[in-house]
Amino acid sequence: MASLKDLRNRIASVKATQKITKAMQMVAAAKLRRAQEAAEAARPYAQRMQSVLASLSDAVKGSDEAPHLMVGNGRDATQLLVVCTADRGLCGAFNSSIVRLARQTAIRLQNEGKKVEFFCVGRKGYDMLRRDFGNQIVDLVELKEVKRIGFTDAQQIAEKIIKRFENGDFDVATLFYAHFNSVISQVPTAHQMIPAHVEDEAAETQAASDEAGAVREYEPEESEILADLVPRNISVQIFRALLENAASEQGARMSAMDNATRNAGEMIDDLTMEYNRTRQAQITKELIEIISGAEAL
Amino acid sequence: MAASFHFELVSPERLLISEDVDAVLVPGSEGEFEVLAGHAPFLSTLRPGLMRVRGGSKPDRQIFVRGGFADTGPDGLTVLAEEAIPVEEIDRELIASQIADAEDDVKDAKDEATRDDAERHLEHLREVQRALGH
Repeated sequence: MASLKDLRNRIASVKATQKITKAMQMVAAAKLRRAQEAAEAARPYAQRMQSVLASLSDAVKGSDEAPHLMVGNGRDATQLLVVCTADRGLCGAFNSSIVRLARQTAIRLQNEGKKVEFFCVGRKGYDMLRRDFGNQIVDLVELKEVKRIGFTDAQQIAEKIIKRFENGDFDVATLFYAHFNSVISQVPTAHQMIPAHVEDEAAETQAASDEAGAVREYEPEESEILADLVPRNISVQIFRALLENAASEQGARMSAMDNATRNAGEMIDDLTMEYNRTRQAQITKELIEIISGAEAL
Repeated sequence: MAASFHFELVSPERLLISEDVDAVLVPGSEGEFEVLAGHAPFLSTLRPGLMRVRGGSKPDRQIFVRGGFADTGPDGLTVLAEEAIPVEEIDRELIASQIADAEDDVKDAKDEATRDDAERHLEHLREVQRALGH
């Protein structure tokens, strides 16, 4: 049986751990609010982008002028999986659920005879994927130093990806991130980025408003605008994924740390109970020793 | 009071302006154009430059925009800019650093077309710098 001193030490250490998890939870809660605001603030831009893109893609549909980034290069032999995860751990199943989805997709694609490459954004995803797909990881971007994710961060990633596409390194790119539903629910999501996947809903609303108005004029020409717009759209999608991810990460960390704090509390209760019992037992034992010693005289 | 229309200025990070205004002067890639109420449906890319907004809740404003496009439709004007900073908040160093970047782009350009693009970009930025008066 553990001595009183051992128990005291354990209680102290669990209490220290609890303080840390509690602090982490509160930090995550504060960061979550900011991340959530950022994710919401970025939504209008992405929506407008989608609707403009939808109307433009209608305009150039079927013509040869449509940029390859949008319609693809007609192959799907090499697949690039862009896996966005956090750079830090201690956030529950957040990282592993994104990686699991990416891994399942990779295995499925490989079974179909396709070549799979990984582009990792975030240290944790890289660490986990390295074990199984070490030589298939083509690049790693860490955002550890970045306090607040800016559009330029997303742009840099987009530039790297577009460059690879133009070099013909891959045919189809899919983005993996966790969609932020709420603090307790983050859904790992796969989103095809190249060739661009225009959402039907956006296309429909845009078509409706086009019918209502006069014919839209473009300056410069549609194809030129598209050539400018499509790479930008990729940056926007990555930016959105990063923001969603940031909010999800903080949400996941918050609930993970909340659980940890609660577990530590239970442990402290149990240990305190054991400590008190042991202490009482020892006092009783000492009393018996004294009394029986006195009786013997 | 001129007829007003709805104007939205959106950057990837946030929605900057969403209100009814009288007129907006937009630096389009093929020339500046002014949007008034009832403008024909029109979509244009932007060049780096100053956007002037008249009317609305505040006195006339100037906003530096870079990269993006303007979309005029039946519901008004929407400007999607990669970067949008009100002139009062502009950091002189920011423009200077963007000019330095653009100069590098010109130097690094491998073929004629990219160099032309980069030079045009640089020229627009210089224009903005002159417009700000330094």
